[in-house]
Amino acid sequence: MEVIFILIAISLILAGTFLFLFFRAMKGGQFDDNHTPAIRILFENEPKNKDKKVPSTKSK
Amino acid sequence: MSNSSKILPQKEVSTCYHCGEDCKEEILQFDGKEFCCTGCQLVYEVLSENDLCDYYTIGENPGVSQKEVSKRDNRFDYLDDMDVIQKLIDFQQGDEIHITFNIPLIHCASCIWLLENLHKIHPGVISGRVDFIKKRVQVKFLKDQISLKELVRMLSKIGYEPLINLADTDKKKVQSMDKKLITKLAVAGFCFGNMMLFSLPEYFSEAELLGTGFKKTFNYLNVLLALPVFFYSATDYYRSAWLSIRNKAVNMDVPIAIGIVTLFTYSLYDIFILGNEGYMDTLGGLLFFLLIGKFYQQKTYDTLSFDRDYKSYFPIAVTRLVRDEEEVIPLAKLNVGDIIRVRNTELIPADSILLDGVALIDYSFVTGEEVPVSRKKGELIYAGGRQKGKAISLAVQKSPSQGYLTDLWNNESFDKENSMGLESLANKISGKFTFTVLFIALLSFAYWAWAGNISLGVLTFTSVLIITCPCALAMSTPFTLGNTLRVFGQGKFYLKNSHVIEKMAKIDTVVFDKTGTLTAPSQAKVQYQGEPLSDESKALIKAMVNQSTHALSNRINTWLDGVKAIKLDEDVEEISGKGLKIIYKSQEIKLGSAEYVNAESGTLPEGGNLVFFAIEDLVLGYFFIQSGLRKGIDQLVTTIKSQKQVHFLSGDQDHERRNLKRIFGDNIQMSFNQGPSDKLHYIKSLNDLGKNTLMVGDGLNDAGALRESKVGIAVTDKVTNFSPASDAIMDAAMLYKLPSFLDFTKTSRKIIKASFGLSFTYNTVGVFFAVQGLVSPVFCAILMPISSISVVLFTTITTNYIAYKRGLKDKIW
Repeated sequence: MEVIFILIAISLILAGTFLFLFFRAMKGGQFDDNHTPAIRILFENEPKNKDKKVPSTKSK
Repeated sequence: MSNSSKILPQKEVSTCYHCGEDCKEEILQFDGKEFCCTGCQLVYEVLSENDLCDYYTIGENPGVSQKEVSKRDNRFDYLDDMDVIQKLIDFQQGDEIHITFNIPLIHCASCIWLLENLHKIHPGVISGRVDFIKKRVQVKFLKDQISLKELVRMLSKIGYEPLINLADTDKKKVQSMDKKLITKLAVAGFCFGNMMLFSLPEYFSEAELLGTGFKKTFNYLNVLLALPVFFYSATDYYRSAWLSIRNKAVNMDVPIAIGIVTLFTYSLYDIFILGNEGYMDTLGGLLFFLLIGKFYQQKTYDTLSFDRDYKSYFPIAVTRLVRDEEEVIPLAKLNVGDIIRVRNTELIPADSILLDGVALIDYSFVTGEEVPVSRKKGELIYAGGRQKGKAISLAVQKSPSQGYLTDLWNNESFDKENSMGLESLANKISGKFTFTVLFIALLSFAYWAWAGNISLGVLTFTSVLIITCPCALAMSTPFTLGNTLRVFGQGKFYLKNSHVIEKMAKIDTVVFDKTGTLTAPSQAKVQYQGEPLSDESKALIKAMVNQSTHALSNRINTWLDGVKAIKLDEDVEEISGKGLKIIYKSQEIKLGSAEYVNAESGTLPEGGNLVFFAIEDLVLGYFFIQSGLRKGIDQLVTTIKSQKQVHFLSGDQDHERRNLKRIFGDNIQMSFNQGPSDKLHYIKSLNDLGKNTLMVGDGLNDAGALRESKVGIAVTDKVTNFSPASDAIMDAAMLYKLPSFLDFTKTSRKIIKASFGLSFTYNTVGVFFAVQGLVSPVFCAILMPISSISVVLFTTITTNYIAYKRGLKDKIW
């Protein structure tokens, strides 16, 4: 049963890490704007341009 | 560039490739595309040079018409001023500068894409990042490669001119309280969750099976986890309770703070001295639920600003004339006696005397009346109006902050924080509540002490304090008000905070500003008097007003809805402040003021604007244009009148008194010729009579009255537009619902009272067991969440259901 002591320690550390990550995300402004990124993700990295440029060979 | 573009006569309606508007006056062809004006074409040129034409593929016609944009080159010169730069930027390190611009024109995905690709236009820009909801863009740039002025000029060149006004230069230190609250909430949630895990074995007596070592460990871990809750998450309650006691009052936070402290100290005693399990999990849950309630109450509207004063409206810079040389200086450096130049659509920043030019001032932001007024040379022009027409020169008479209008903000009512005035329901109850609880606790202690069992006496004393900790009581208010706030928000009625609801419930006097609030430009009444108009003259008038942007022209234009304009070979000549002229079939046709057409001043109607129609100096008739009432206003006033006192304030002459009386009946107090500070004093005198006043206004001239009243509602046609500082902002189209909103605030109060009743029931049950010394941690852990959650459910469901039934909401959820 003593293994529970270790499990408790692990669970606390794990939960604490999530809390810390949440604080960091909040401080970094990840929750400040939750509308624009939804639009931004739809832009193509290198938008196709009909008249010039060979489409980049880089995989996306 | 202009070689490749040529002006074509109008053949058929085609739309501008940039802004998507119909090309009415001219069509410019460039690169196989059609543009409505040189501004739009220029934007396209800049974008195509920089290979950014994807802008046009992301959204269709994403641009905004560039017709109205001022083309003056030196208008950004004030951005060379070091003081101004320092005040505007967010951050600077070496050459790298970060600045946040407010760009109201951001409206679609293309805007985001373009503004985030600024570095393709100029290598000096490192990056741009758009916040779509707040309509802001943060730009990082290197100042040795591009100056702030060039950056702003570049933005304006691609059609996104940032809005920089005086308020931006005042240091903005509005760190959102929200973040702190969320941190506290997260800490409380984390600790609560873990404490529940450690306490769970206790509830089922499983801890015994595990042995004493485990039980002790769990208890000590609980204490450890309770520390951040007690010393961090709960700090707001201690502060608020202490402030309230120092002011010799008892607010809701006092019993909460007492409860928290008792819970914590008793649990410490219980765990370390008695070796029991304590109430730490209850403490964690209590704080967690309380903070959720607090968070829910703080619904904020990011795009709206409730604290704007004239500074967010006034420009940051003015053009000053020094020995006939123009220079652009920051407004703060403007002195009395300076000569300034104000161009078309620019704002007059200070009370000044007209020296030169034809002044046509549009005071729509100040008074709500959008028909420009003309001023003659030598007359005093008040700050806050916009010049329409050619540039004028003015001699500054007063500094910008001391003018007729802006002096309002020096009034004492702007200094004091608008104190509650009305005591909130929860605070009223909590005083009695706290004393009752203390009384019961002492009584039970005395009873058991008298019976000879002092330790049981201490137990019952603390139990009563713990069990009655007004968690459910404290949550009924924030959740009811938070829900009401959301219901109102869906009805396009945006409140500054939840206190406003409680204040609104007590309103007994409603004061309306007339111009712009009760009346609306879009509801103008147009009548034609004189010789009947033939179809041809109608078509001709339509063609003339089509080409003019004057407010009265627009109204005649709407009145002639459905009439097809004839094609004119010549351009309409617009004489500022007078009227329109055109030669049609070799006849001189005039449309304009009485002086302009030499009309005889016979028996003309009063109380509106007159536009005369004349052919070859023969006056055929006139248009009588009155500002009409908004839809549903008469019903609105009648409904409110039956319950409350109604007052009208107006800055106009009293020629409309009879007319208004006819519509609204007799029981309305009307005052005319009210200046901005008169309105403030009017409200003040009503307040001094003990009235609870609600002011409904729209312009800057109502700002004082809105501030002085118990509740000030700013009415605006477009919610994101400018509106003066107020407690609430309302979409003008929703004004007719005001009585329902007012009624609903009363209902909210009733719901709060009902949920108080509910939580009192829980408390009575709790106290019944507490005085007998029967309260255990398990009992607490069950009763506390049940009472909180049931109160939250009750308020949320009732509020939304009643709102739905009354038609304030479309769906229940």
